[in-house]
Amino acid sequence: MKLIFEKSVPGRRCAILPACDVEKVELPAELKRDAAPLLPEMSETDVSRHYTELNQHVHGVNCGFYPLGSCTMKYNPRIDEEMAALPGFTGIHPLAPQAAVEGCEEVIATARKYLCEITGMADMTFQPAAGAHGEFTGVLLIKQYHDSRNDTKRTKIIVPDSAHGTNPATAAMCGYQVVNIPSAPDGCVDLEALKSVLGDDTAGLMLTNPNTVGIFDENILEITRLVHEAGGLCYYDGANLNAVMGVVRPGDMGFDCVHLNLHKTFATPHGGGGPGAGAVGCKSFLAPFLPHSALMEEPGHIQVRGFRGNFLVVVRALAYLLTLGREGVPEAAQNAVLNANYLMHRIKGTFAPAFDRICMHEFVLDLSEYKKATGVSALDVAKSLIDYGMHPPTMYFPLIVHEALMLEPTETESKETLDWAADVFRALYELGYKDPAFMHAAPHNAQIGRPDEVKAARTPIVRYTKA
Amino acid sequence: MGSYVPSTQEQRLEMLHAIGLKSFRDLYKDVPQSMYLDRPLDLPEGKSELEVSQAVQAMARKNKVYDTILRGAGAYDHYIPSIVKYIPAKEEFLTAYTPYQAEISQGVLQSIFEYQTEICELTGMDVSNASVYDGATAAAEACAMARDRKRRLTLISGAAHPDVINTIRTYAYGTNDEIKIIPVKDGKTDPDALKAMLTPEVSAVYVQQPNFFGLFEDAEAMAAPVHEAGALYILGCNPIALGIMKTPKDMGADIAVGEGQPLGLPIAFGGPYLGFMATTTKHMRKLPGRIVGETTDDAGNRAYVLSLQAREQHIRREKAGSNICSNEALCALTAGVYLAAMGPEGLKEVAESSMAKAHYLCRELTKLPGVKLRYDAPFFHEFLLDMPKADEILSALDKKNILGGLPFDGGILWCATEKVSKQTLDEVVAIVKGVLA
Repeated sequence: MKLIFEKSVPGRRCAILPACDVEKVELPAELKRDAAPLLPEMSETDVSRHYTELNQHVHGVNCGFYPLGSCTMKYNPRIDEEMAALPGFTGIHPLAPQAAVEGCEEVIATARKYLCEITGMADMTFQPAAGAHGEFTGVLLIKQYHDSRNDTKRTKIIVPDSAHGTNPATAAMCGYQVVNIPSAPDGCVDLEALKSVLGDDTAGLMLTNPNTVGIFDENILEITRLVHEAGGLCYYDGANLNAVMGVVRPGDMGFDCVHLNLHKTFATPHGGGGPGAGAVGCKSFLAPFLPHSALMEEPGHIQVRGFRGNFLVVVRALAYLLTLGREGVPEAAQNAVLNANYLMHRIKGTFAPAFDRICMHEFVLDLSEYKKATGVSALDVAKSLIDYGMHPPTMYFPLIVHEALMLEPTETESKETLDWAADVFRALYELGYKDPAFMHAAPHNAQIGRPDEVKAARTPIVRYTKA
Repeated sequence: MGSYVPSTQEQRLEMLHAIGLKSFRDLYKDVPQSMYLDRPLDLPEGKSELEVSQAVQAMARKNKVYDTILRGAGAYDHYIPSIVKYIPAKEEFLTAYTPYQAEISQGVLQSIFEYQTEICELTGMDVSNASVYDGATAAAEACAMARDRKRRLTLISGAAHPDVINTIRTYAYGTNDEIKIIPVKDGKTDPDALKAMLTPEVSAVYVQQPNFFGLFEDAEAMAAPVHEAGALYILGCNPIALGIMKTPKDMGADIAVGEGQPLGLPIAFGGPYLGFMATTTKHMRKLPGRIVGETTDDAGNRAYVLSLQAREQHIRREKAGSNICSNEALCALTAGVYLAAMGPEGLKEVAESSMAKAHYLCRELTKLPGVKLRYDAPFFHEFLLDMPKADEILSALDKKNILGGLPFDGGILWCATEKVSKQTLDEVVAIVKGVLA
């Protein structure tokens, strides 16, 4: 595909604005640009066709099965988009007077009420813009809590070795030393390992439950009790809430604060990598530490972003919550878990599950034995799936499973899709024994073959330059 | 009730039985009974799509949509071309995840590469990331990126946006680092005060251009002392102004950041917005966030990939400079479409027209009795007026469906964009005149 700059024609343009009807003002000479920026010069037809071409080379949830583990790629309802596009929301200035924004306040208050009920929390902020941003906010609540008590000896955050990379990165951004603890053989928290690192230097624990291998940690109450006993707080990473919403609540598991990925669990679209919304809920004793906008609300609080967050994402999540309601929320969770177990069951006998037991909303395949037998890696299988029109699962995560493929089908896939996916996995499993070379070279029908990532990193070309 | 679960009741039972279970409760055997939620959630019953549409529209109707907005302060009401609304709504762009799998994500990856190029063009920098959350987080990430083991102190202009200052402060609180505010003199960063504050501990200096009061800072003159002190210079810029204004690179910046909302994103009660962030080749490997790079595939064809990932949290974990993962890709796409639709000439027109309208409004308002421009210095499209009866003025405008400027520090901070016509501005002046009469 040509770059937009390669389609640009000097002097071509769209007719967007009227002529300026007041006197022009000159910028002082020392402030003027030397030369115009090299931006595309196009007609509206050119713009439309260019982006339509790009859009044709994107695999979205609407295109087909997208079992990308830990990302909860469920269907994004169109009504949510329509609601977020209402001029009564898009045209509202964040600093408009209170009387002019009552609808926005109602959206936030209603979403907060429902999500607090689902998580078992007392209060919630929508300022964080994504999951990792929510983690940052949540751990800052913990930090402020200890600081408010002059408890300055708490310098460590405990993170299981199965955790997503954002967890340790977040703890470091909050000035904490990260203590990684090994997981037990079943992928759950090793209680003895946890006890051995707990102490009066423990600020808190970051945990997701179900965990990153898709298993609900049945010792969760003991885990949170132990952390609290040591004087630490418990942070719930909501990445996997889709498995348990309406069934069991982080607040009832003993967690003090949580972040939610509205762009996963509550069906707002990922947009190719954002915008998301990382709402953070907390128990009442942490509520005074929640972030606020210095300009829009009041100074004197922490603040992780301008104004009050990705508001239109909250509108979408609220429309979704209103649709599902009290029965629909647990129904979604139960069917997410059912679909994952059914798909794992159907794949069994070919690729081996890393943990052969009832899973939650996702499961991990361990291809290390298969690779030994065939030479075909998790990467080869993932790339081969592309030729079937399936988005590959998450690869090589969590780090505690070698040759891992993590599958999360979500509740919005039908039995037919799951049966088809299982058949594809079975076919590829067999192909690996017959023609491994074909799989090493996959994908065969995609727009490009495997890209040279080493070259991209060694000789970085990160922008277009006119020849 | 609404549901997006496609499997029928019959199929659900069939699947349950296939895995050897009898009920949904069996799926949750690991959940201890004591915490299993054996009551319905305290949420209303689910609704049909029609009912949801009505309920949410009723909320939207409780907001007031002004015909004219003369308030900025970090959220700018520019015209959004129609095509800019349609393209990001395409379902594939909308529903894809981060483009980890390059072979089926070339469309997203190329759009980011193009966006990076446009941000480099606007800022004069060599490398841009794929976006961060908003202007405030871009500033905070830039300050974090500038710190090293010895230099931990960040100096922030007191004329920067209050939310930006507070966000930088919060990120610094996280890493136990210090920030200091550079005093403001006559509405601008005081260069002499800055010079006195430049100690060997200073890692970076952050200045906003144009600043919170709309004034153009003497940004270029401050670059030399900052660099002489061994610190990095970070400029937070309005991207519309960059259509006509000297680039941050030419003003001596090492890192350029800003709020990308004016590039085709609605004001939307504060978000989603777009943080842009660009730097020089020298600092490329410290830049946080996703970066798309060009390479070739196994047949030698041009291809795009997420690159330089050794900087990022999924590789470096606690040693990563930032935890950022999801960013604002769809907003970056929107900005890309906006810049393509406007082109270099169109962007220049938006900038010139916004500036011209703001100056016209300022000129007309300051002719009225008791109205004074607080800082008489070159400004872009915002200006702070001291005026009597501020509350009455704003409420008189409100009655005519006009959102006046922002009450701030005893004055009113006004903003005008290309959207407002001379006729409307004359009406505004007449209304204000009526109140002051």
